[in-house]
Amino acid sequence: MPNRLHLTDSDRASLSGVEGEGTRLAMSIVTRMAEVVEAPRLLHITAAHIDSSLYQGPATLEFAERLASGGARVRVPSTLNVSGVDPSGWREWAVPEDWAEPARRQMEAYEQMGCLPSWTCAPYQTEARPELGQQVAWGESSAIVFANSVLGARTERYPDLLDICCAVTGRAPAAGLHLEENRAGQILVDLSGIPEALGAEASFYPVLGHLVGRTVGDRIPVLDGLVAEPDEDDFKALGAAMASAGSVALFHWVGRTPEAADREAAFHGREPETKVRPTLAELRAARDDLGHGLVEADGLDLVVLGSPHFSLAEFATLATLVEGRRRHPSTRMLITTSRAVRQIAESAGHLSAVERFGAELTVDTCILTSPMLPEEIRRLMTNSAKYAYYTPGLLGRAIAFGSLTDCVESACAGRVLRDDGPWTS
Amino acid sequence: MDVIARGRPVVPGNASGELLYSEEPLSFWGGYDASTGEIIDRRHELSGRGAAGCVLAVPATRGSSTTTAVLLEAVRRDVAPAALLTRGEDRFLALAAIVAEEMYGRTLPVVALSPQGFEALRRHAAVRVSADGEISASDEA
Repeated sequence: MPNRLHLTDSDRASLSGVEGEGTRLAMSIVTRMAEVVEAPRLLHITAAHIDSSLYQGPATLEFAERLASGGARVRVPSTLNVSGVDPSGWREWAVPEDWAEPARRQMEAYEQMGCLPSWTCAPYQTEARPELGQQVAWGESSAIVFANSVLGARTERYPDLLDICCAVTGRAPAAGLHLEENRAGQILVDLSGIPEALGAEASFYPVLGHLVGRTVGDRIPVLDGLVAEPDEDDFKALGAAMASAGSVALFHWVGRTPEAADREAAFHGREPETKVRPTLAELRAARDDLGHGLVEADGLDLVVLGSPHFSLAEFATLATLVEGRRRHPSTRMLITTSRAVRQIAESAGHLSAVERFGAELTVDTCILTSPMLPEEIRRLMTNSAKYAYYTPGLLGRAIAFGSLTDCVESACAGRVLRDDGPWTS
Repeated sequence: MDVIARGRPVVPGNASGELLYSEEPLSFWGGYDASTGEIIDRRHELSGRGAAGCVLAVPATRGSSTTTAVLLEAVRRDVAPAALLTRGEDRFLALAAIVAEEMYGRTLPVVALSPQGFEALRRHAAVRVSADGEISASDEA
């Protein structure tokens, strides 16, 4: 027999409809999901990040408007993930009017529910940085893995439509990664076979994430054995790749992430279920697998950066790389970021070199969540494993993967160039 | 009709149809076209197959949080699979089916199978799913 779900008086009040139809709908979905995962009770969350903001067609708009018009309001601080449209800049791209209008209405419905208009897949770059051990309900696969792994906050892998229900009720099923005992590492990823120099190369992290994600599926990997100092952008790229090729919601990096002071802490004193030891050859194959339908020296229509959203530090690096240079006339460069990071990057003086180079910025959304690319853009290049992973299926376009430097060099040359140097032993 | 597997009816319901089976997880976002029902993950072995009205068996979803939204939209447009069979519970598919019931009054059965139960599907071309979680088939492909 499945466990019976224990509800408090307050949970039952939400479910009864006395707090309004929106709250009833949200609580009904939360409790039915608690039964699916056989949670014995619900727990309090103190913050949320809402991925349901992505417009996916009339169904997601109807869902949002049904909650909002039913009086649903969030009970905890809730940041919003990317939307389906950049409301101030969509006309400069190929977004159809009949998409922009409902996508904008969906944005309004979430703002009406009291969510913060952060409109970013990387809320941890600015306002939303939950603390070690804090119980939160986050959506957006790349943000979930960052919150759990790098910040040590506790969230399950919340799908769209459920994150907002948790925010409206302030409750989540007491299950999965909310609970200490489910956060132990399961698979040891022994990096001792990787040349140390590669650990200093930013494009190593998305490639490693692609390989590890494919290998571990939804289990918890523990990375160890490489002398390296990955920073938050490296972890952002690593986690996003693991959460695209696999379903990783938590990883530990021994000595670098907060629940992995040493190997024993990462595995909660237990033995790994499995060990894997990636080789340089496997990494090279994973790097090639990120590309699709485009090879070296092919012409290039667009370099796209910023999935997850481009950070302040990435703008600083890019500004240095493009200083005094100009992109090839037939290759555009697009950077997707948040409103907040655009503003601080501008104040820090990083945007002028980037704009002189000929790059364009889009905020609030990205190429995967807004149909913004014109038909003539067929050949893309990126340093993001997430863009590389989803572009062939979602956009039906060819894509090449390279480092940030490769992307800049290719944008100048008008064709795909990649430096294989760091990848040869 | 022979019973070939019994699972946990995560979202109970009756359905039958051609079986699309893969041992590879699938993200519906970037993997399922919500306007046609085609599987569009170009790295997936079912790429190019139409899944609308079929019983789709994949071990789990992977990747994106948006799988649920894509599946809900597919239900609204009548191009969702007839039923979903997974190896163990998949919360994302369950959620989409629960919200589809709340929003549109449509039942999309989701059954969680044991590894052996899931494996038993592979030899069959069409199956029937019943509300108690029983999977039956008359063929042997």
